[in-house]
Amino acid sequence: MALSKAQVARYSRQLILPEVGVSGQNRLSEASVLVIGAGGLGSPVLFYLSAAGVGRIGVIDADAVAWSNLHRQTLYETPDVGRPKAVVAAERIRRLNPEISVEAIEGRFDAANAKDLVSRWHMVIDGSDNFATRYLANDACVLANRFLVHGGVVNFQGQVMSVRPRQSACYRCVFPEPPAVGSVPSCQEAGVLGAEAGLIGSLMAHEALKAILGVGEPLLNRLVVFDGRLSRFREVPVRRNPDCAVCGEHPTINAIQSIESAPTCAG
Amino acid sequence: MAITVRIPTPLQRLTNGQGEVACEGKNVSDLLGDLDRRYPGVKERICDETGKLRRFVNVFVNEEDIRFLQGDQTAVKDGDEVSIIPAIAGG
Ligand SMILES: [Zn+2]
Repeated sequence: MALSKAQVARYSRQLILPEVGVSGQNRLSEASVLVIGAGGLGSPVLFYLSAAGVGRIGVIDADAVAWSNLHRQTLYETPDVGRPKAVVAAERIRRLNPEISVEAIEGRFDAANAKDLVSRWHMVIDGSDNFATRYLANDACVLANRFLVHGGVVNFQGQVMSVRPRQSACYRCVFPEPPAVGSVPSCQEAGVLGAEAGLIGSLMAHEALKAILGVGEPLLNRLVVFDGRLSRFREVPVRRNPDCAVCGEHPTINAIQSIESAPTCAG
Repeated sequence: MAITVRIPTPLQRLTNGQGEVACEGKNVSDLLGDLDRRYPGVKERICDETGKLRRFVNVFVNEEDIRFLQGDQTAVKDGDEVSIIPAIAGG
C-alpha cells in the first residue's frame, strides 16, 4: 500500500532505513501486538510500538495509576493518578499516533482470558509484574504459537529474551517453575531505578519491531542479562529443554491452567 | 587462580557490592558452600532448606546451564566462570 504524505513525514526517519522502507512500514501497520502490563516496561514498549506505526495494539492492565508508578511509568502524568492504566495508556498512544488502532483491556491477564486474548494478536510482549502472569503468558503463547518477547527488571537487574514457540527455548525451558508461594524474599529488594526499566522496556520494543520487520537476529535461545550496577550486558545461551512442561517432548501443560506463585511487590 | 562467580544484583549487598567474587571448589555444590562461607547468607537465597537449587534460579558454568550438565555435581576448575541467574518478575 502506498503511504500518505502525512505517513511519509511521520515515519521518515525509519522509512529511510533500507531495512524498513515502504514494505517494512506496511508490515508494521499490518502487525498486531498485545502488551501485557502497562507499567515500567510496558510504557516504553507501548510508546515505541505506537510511534513506529504498529497497526493494532492491545494493552491489558488491571491497575490504576499510583504515585509510586510515576518515577518509571513514562506514559503517565501526575493528573492521571487514580485512573485505570489501560485506559490512560491507550489514550496517550492514540494521541501519539491517531493512525493506529488501540484496544484497552481493563483487567487481569488470567487463565480465563489468556487463550482467547493471545490468539487475537500476532505477537505478545510480556511486561507484567508478577510470576503467575509471566508463566501464564509463556504457556499461552506456546500453546497458541505466538511470538513472545519477555522482559523483567528489578533491583538493578534486567533480563530480555524472545520465544518462537517450539523452535526456541521458552521461558519455562529456562526457568521451569515459578517460585512457590512464600519463597521469594523481602520486598525491600524490589525497587528499581526508572531509567533501568526504560532501558529494558526499550530493548523489548526494539526486539518486537525487529521481529515484525524481519531485521537481524532475534533473542532466540539467548537470554540477555543486564547488571545495572556495573552497567554491563551479558548474554547466556539457553536452549529448549526436552523436559519442558509446556514445549518439551512429553508436555504436562496442554491447556491453559492458572498458576500459583509468590506475589511480587508491584507498584 | 580461582573460580569467578557472578552474583545477581539483589544479592550483591551480601558480597560487599561486588558483582563478581572468587571462590573455590571441585563442583558447583562445593563452590556454593565456599561462597556462603565467604559471604554468609548467599546460599539460602540460591538453594532451599535441603540444599537443592531453588527452582527459579539457574547456574551456568562457562555459559552452560548446569541442568544440562551434572546439576550441582557439575565439576568446576580454576579459571571457570559461574553465573547465578534468577528469574525476575518485576515490570
Ligand atoms: Zn519450553
